[in-house]
Amino acid sequence: MKILKLFLIIFFIFSFNHLNANNEEMKIKITKNLRCLVCQGQSVYDSDSEFANSLKVLVDKKLEKGFSETQIYDYFKDKYGEWILYDPELNKNTYLLWLLPILIFLIGGAIIFKSFIFKK
Amino acid sequence: MKNKLLLLFIISIFTIIFIIFYKGLKNTNVYTPDIKINKEVPSFTSELFYSNEVVKSKEIFDLDKFYLLNIWSSWCAPCRQEHSLLMDLMETKKIKIIGVNYKDTKKNAESFLSELGNPFYQIIFDKEGVTAIEWGAYGVPESFLIYDRKILKKYIGPLDEQSIKEIKFLIK
Amino acid sequence: MLFSIIGHYSLILGLLISLTLIFFSINNFKNSKSFDTKILSFTFLQFILVVVSFLCLILSFIFSDFSNETVFNNSHTTKPLFYKISGTWGNHEGSLLLWLLVLTLFIFLFLIKTKNQPIKYKILTLVFQQVIIIGFFVFLIKTSNPFNYLYPIPEEGLGLNPILQDPALAIHPPILYLGYVGSSIIFSSALAATSLNMISKKWASHIKKWVLISWVFLTLGILLGSIWAYYELGWGGFWFWDPVENVSLMPWLALTTLLHCVLVLEKKLVLTSWVIILSISTFTLSMCGTFLVRSGILNSVHTFANDPERGLFILIFLFSLIFISLFIFFFFHKPNQSNLNNFFWLSKETSIIINNWFMMYFLSVVLVGTVYPIFLDVLTSEKISVGPPFYHKLIIPFLIPFLLIMAIGPKLKWIKSNLEDKVYLISLLFISFLLSFLIVKNFNSNFLINTILISSALYLFFVTLRDFFIMKKNNISQNIAHFGFSLLILSILFNSLFSTEIITNLKVGETFETSTTKIIFKNINQKKEKNYKSVVGNFSIQNSNGKIDNLSPELRIYNQPNIVTSEADIKTTLLSDKFLVINLVQNQDYFNVRYQVKPFMLWIWLSVLLISLGALISLFKKEYEK
Repeated sequence: MKILKLFLIIFFIFSFNHLNANNEEMKIKITKNLRCLVCQGQSVYDSDSEFANSLKVLVDKKLEKGFSETQIYDYFKDKYGEWILYDPELNKNTYLLWLLPILIFLIGGAIIFKSFIFKK
Repeated sequence: MKNKLLLLFIISIFTIIFIIFYKGLKNTNVYTPDIKINKEVPSFTSELFYSNEVVKSKEIFDLDKFYLLNIWSSWCAPCRQEHSLLMDLMETKKIKIIGVNYKDTKKNAESFLSELGNPFYQIIFDKEGVTAIEWGAYGVPESFLIYDRKILKKYIGPLDEQSIKEIKFLIK
Repeated sequence: MLFSIIGHYSLILGLLISLTLIFFSINNFKNSKSFDTKILSFTFLQFILVVVSFLCLILSFIFSDFSNETVFNNSHTTKPLFYKISGTWGNHEGSLLLWLLVLTLFIFLFLIKTKNQPIKYKILTLVFQQVIIIGFFVFLIKTSNPFNYLYPIPEEGLGLNPILQDPALAIHPPILYLGYVGSSIIFSSALAATSLNMISKKWASHIKKWVLISWVFLTLGILLGSIWAYYELGWGGFWFWDPVENVSLMPWLALTTLLHCVLVLEKKLVLTSWVIILSISTFTLSMCGTFLVRSGILNSVHTFANDPERGLFILIFLFSLIFISLFIFFFFHKPNQSNLNNFFWLSKETSIIINNWFMMYFLSVVLVGTVYPIFLDVLTSEKISVGPPFYHKLIIPFLIPFLLIMAIGPKLKWIKSNLEDKVYLISLLFISFLLSFLIVKNFNSNFLINTILISSALYLFFVTLRDFFIMKKNNISQNIAHFGFSLLILSILFNSLFSTEIITNLKVGETFETSTTKIIFKNINQKKEKNYKSVVGNFSIQNSNGKIDNLSPELRIYNQPNIVTSEADIKTTLLSDKFLVINLVQNQDYFNVRYQVKPFMLWIWLSVLLISLGALISLFKKEYEK
């Protein structure tokens, strides 16, 4: 048990360090996934508006405080609505969005199999 | 027969798509976040403009009182426009106006206030624009009517006579 | 003033000619012993009228005739001549006139180039094309007339959006439209051929030319747009999955699929229904794109002046075309049932069908991703955004089998081929895997997927490269195109994996140092041009091996309209691009500085050119053989 605990602690320290080292990378990733409300066609990363700049600063602060990626997304979702996320979550509104292309792929495959293989 | 059914199916799908696009044309394509009414005031800590003290949001907003939080900046032209309305509102003494000085320099903000008057009960100095985000704002000016630590109403853009009238009505 | 009048009446005359042409065509169709030469001359006349109208608009722009509303809205006297001209098609009205120009040009070329086809087919194609042309004439004259008067005549125009004042963007619309609108001829002729029930191998090789032409222009048009976005719009990105980009990608995917299908149809009479559907959907998707962009139903970085009336017109027109096509397809097309018998499993054709399958999947991802927010908003009033992560998540995993099939597909007979070849192909796969493992080894994020992705791209790269040296010349165009594609995917992958970036705030004279790079902000100076003032920052960048680059990004303050843009300075070398851009920060005395090193940027552009080259070779090879 003790060994396990020790192992877990080491693991957490390690992963925390790892997180810190990649804060910059994570910040880029997060800001690319946030949509700017001022220039609405751009991501926060690409945008240069005052709003986007503040958002970048805030993402930095949240990361420093040890917020995880999803926590940060939830935070912004709470403030500005789901619209701000470029990466829509899988929920009742978006089942069709995520699954329709896959469904089309499967149907396409079925048609191909049916007409070209089982006809033989 | 099978062909006709397929045709009917496809035609109905396209008709639905047509109707949706037709309706979609009427919607605006510019997004404004939903105004969540009766939402708790966000909890944050920030620096005060004059004293440089760091305060918690709970210390600013008392329960059972009306507040108007106004995000402003000296470089924002519409803020200049609405300023006299804020002064006017302050004089009613029924509401405390809290300013959030957005991405400004102290020098510019001070001269702005000495020129046009200071309607603010307290000013939060938001140099990086971070506090404004806590409030779900995305531009200047924006104003929030607060009662009992809950947001009653949100005004995006400069306040006008109409909205001041509304505020006065609500705080009665 | 004069030009506006001439231009306007040319348009009305052009519309009248359309009606006359349809009348002639019906007569000629009934009595189709010989092709009525009147039709050809009237088609030519129509084309000339649109050219005249277009020239009138260009001249109005050149002379800054502000009595013309379009010129007033989009031009300014201080603008350089080049951008006055390119401003002609940089706006909604002018670009629609350009559509019309391409529509009439293509039908004229089609009539004179099509020789060994039945007269009825030519006439019917003309009729369908004229239906589209009439639609656009009415659209232009009624809702977006480029020759509206303004009175009193304004002194000065409003100017062209500065981000459109750019050489790549000046030639981007004409090229893109040649591809976009060029697909109209495929649409018309597919409908004509279906009505006459003459979809055949012969028809396939006839339409293939047109598919290739549209495809090359569409590809180059997208490339130019992407290059522009790279240095003008963002921070070194070249594809943002913005609705406007998606809208150009959708017809491209459909057209690419069609191209591969036509290649099959040319050899064997299979997939006829599928070819018709694709021909119809390519143009329909182009139109759908126009609708999405011009109606303002979606918001994007690139906005045209939006007007709901315009949106409604295109919407009705688009759906009329769809319903006409559906009607023709279901009532005239007689699918050839016997054609499946001469189909072999594990043949080249199978691999093309699988290619189609994947392409349709990619198309559906882009289509669903682009229009889904509209549907959700209308049905539930919930607003969501669909951005790059969505497309990446759905496309990248499917890219792996797609690349592998692309590599072995063209040689699927290999099971029957000799052992040596098999060993070769398998060992290449092994080498690719090993190589990509070594490349990605130092990366901790998404290690597995990156390794597999790079190895499949590398595999296609090696296989096509090897084919290039050992193959007999018979399929060089396909070989080059596929090689180009592997290069494209590899460059994009390396680019996204190995790009590095430094973001910092610097005052003049300051230096920023990391372990590998030293950025020195030397000084700034000011520059004044006719249509803008600019602040130029001079930087010197030193990397770890002591090499120094001088980069001078700019901030431009345009006078008309008053917009600040930041111009990146890019140093392009064979292996990587160095990208530096500065930005003003509100109320601060420092600049926001972003420096990026983007490897293989040049290769992204080059590989797209290579793919187009493959198509061009295919086009001219066939011409030569005839």
